[in-house]
Amino acid sequence: MTNNQLTENGQLKHFLTIEGLKRDLLTDIMDRAEQFSSLSGRQVKKVPLLRGKTIMNLFFENSTRTRTTFELAAKRLSADVMNLNINTSATSKGESLLDTLHNLQAMHTDMFVVRHHQSGAAEFIAQHVAPHVSVINAGDGCHAHPTQAMLDMFTIRRHKKHFPDLRVAIVGDVLHSRVARSQIQALATLGVGEIRIIGPKTLLPTDSKTLGVHVYHDMEQGLQDVDVIITLRLQFERMQGALLPSAQEYFESYGLTQAKLDFAKPDAIVMHPGPINRGVEIASPVADGPQSVILEQVTHGIAVRMAVMSMALGSRSEQQEATS
Amino acid sequence: MKLKISHGRVIDPTNLIDDQLDIYIDNSLIIAIGKAPENFTPDRIIDATDQIVCPGLVDLSARLGEPSQQHTATIASETLAAIKGGITTLCIPPDTDPIIDSPAAVELLEDHAAKAGNANIHTIGALTQGLEGELLSEMRALKQAGCVGVSNGLNAIKNTLVLRRAMEYAATLDLTLFINAADPWLQSQGCIHEGMVSTRLGLGGIPEAAETIAIARDISLIEQSGVSAHFHSISSGKSVVMIKEAQDRGLPITADVSPHHLHLSEHDIGNYDSLSHVMPPLRSTRDREQLQQGVRDGVISTISSHHRPLDNDAKLGPFADTTPGISGLETLLALTLKLVDDDELSLQQAIASLTAHPAQILGIEAGHLSVGAKADICIFDPKSHCECRPEHFSSAGKNSPFAAWHFNNEVTFTLLDGNAVYEKG
Repeated sequence: MTNNQLTENGQLKHFLTIEGLKRDLLTDIMDRAEQFSSLSGRQVKKVPLLRGKTIMNLFFENSTRTRTTFELAAKRLSADVMNLNINTSATSKGESLLDTLHNLQAMHTDMFVVRHHQSGAAEFIAQHVAPHVSVINAGDGCHAHPTQAMLDMFTIRRHKKHFPDLRVAIVGDVLHSRVARSQIQALATLGVGEIRIIGPKTLLPTDSKTLGVHVYHDMEQGLQDVDVIITLRLQFERMQGALLPSAQEYFESYGLTQAKLDFAKPDAIVMHPGPINRGVEIASPVADGPQSVILEQVTHGIAVRMAVMSMALGSRSEQQEATS
Repeated sequence: MKLKISHGRVIDPTNLIDDQLDIYIDNSLIIAIGKAPENFTPDRIIDATDQIVCPGLVDLSARLGEPSQQHTATIASETLAAIKGGITTLCIPPDTDPIIDSPAAVELLEDHAAKAGNANIHTIGALTQGLEGELLSEMRALKQAGCVGVSNGLNAIKNTLVLRRAMEYAATLDLTLFINAADPWLQSQGCIHEGMVSTRLGLGGIPEAAETIAIARDISLIEQSGVSAHFHSISSGKSVVMIKEAQDRGLPITADVSPHHLHLSEHDIGNYDSLSHVMPPLRSTRDREQLQQGVRDGVISTISSHHRPLDNDAKLGPFADTTPGISGLETLLALTLKLVDDDELSLQQAIASLTAHPAQILGIEAGHLSVGAKADICIFDPKSHCECRPEHFSSAGKNSPFAAWHFNNEVTFTLLDGNAVYEKG
């Protein structure tokens, strides 16, 4: 399969999925994010890397945090940013996704940051934008959320030095989670020793093993001796009905409490992509406790997104200069 | 018009012919095979040296866009595509718009076909009114209007009591029931096979059980009602095992498979290639092998195009938003014979699966080269080579995942009623 995320020289052109990217590139993203993250302590937080570039946040699905951090990341890179919430806009009037895209592209956009409810939407958009435009996937359906995965890797790296020594458990609704898919691919690419997923069968893909993970249905066994616990958000509409009987029963089985956390290594860190359902995926004392790095994840989101955006548009500028 | 097809290798599974023979045609009928009739002076001789002459193909399921989807395709465009692919007889399933659930709908289609058609067209009537799965359609009237069978199309019947009654009623009228086996609930959440690729791409999966549950249920009711039944477009290997077991018990059950399920698998979806979005979904490579085995063993006697022409917009969007379907008339023969070139199937078996077997299932006079039969004939060149170029299809639907595939066995002539309706330019 050709990787259309990369330029001919192997540089980032789009950022659609972790799948197919090499370890060096993921490490580059984290290294660059490390540089940017030192900015946030400064009085002037901006760098002029993307001055004059236009970035359009194209959100076909609601999001506060992801959109805000993308917006902040773009502004700190000195780009011009537009936010478009499309679910209330053109496509509900019958305009096709492609029409919307072409119209926005006609405004000389350099980058689209896209969130869409359908798996593969970012890939589709990347196939149809003009050659000079970059596409960053900010979450497509149940498929991928690569910047979230990278900020999670960045957070893990800050706390745990060496990926191959780690045992990581992902808990909850893996089946519907684009975050989990991207995390699993990133963890595997970075050489993590053991990746586990924990949840009831209704929330795990039937072919989970093809993802290269160990499957557990029991928290006590699944959390045994792990270094990192990632709890996933459970969408409200999935808490009742045929997937799960109730939020309470889910919390009793899979909610992360201090008692369950004690099965993990004493220095294990607790992560969550947010927003948290307290008392469903995670107990408040754990979410706010000393092992939680949940708010750090949010902070790191800005630096990681700055890294990805500057790399994708940077490779384009170099290319354009080379061809002109 | 008197016509002679000379020096071709004639293959006719019905009459067990596989020999170099001449065929003599007079006034739309085959009047002799082998020896020339006395005083026969042909108006035209088709030289079929080094070519294969077989019955015109019979396709059990092709959607043609009409009556109401003419912006997508028309009977004229699609029957032109058919004869380009050597197909002389087509069967339209009832899920057209309007639905074929009344004699008027049958007449409307037949009228269009008579005016614009380049091939023979048959219709399959709706099993239930409006295909809603609640009230039986007037099957007797549909049969009298010319329907060759009944079906609920892609709308699975949920209510098993209705299904049982419908089967019993169809059996009373000696109408064959055509079934697209799918459990509506298990199918509802998905757009591709539930497996490795759905897990990777985060697309909703349709488990194999969506098909096998429906087949198990239907076999029980077929046995009880005594209806003759045909399963359309089987996609899973386990279905083949179940159908074989039912056939071994003597139940009147036949089945077909599409060329795309014999050649492609879930992996061909790659990175959301909507051209491989089809219903039932492309399944695992193991399923594909078991389907090929099913054709070899004769459990699946027929290969059908399941042609569905779509305009470009229907395939333009995120995968789950695109319309399932493949434009398949112009690749049916080539893909089937590719299995022969790949040593998966004998040439005789391949031709039977496209001619004699589907004609038998429909109970129509077609698909063989007997003396006295209508001269519906396909001639192809086994030594030809061509690249599949969907943009050059005669079909209005260019939606084919087989672009850039290399095929042998190009059709050189298609005869309908003794007339050369297609000649390779």
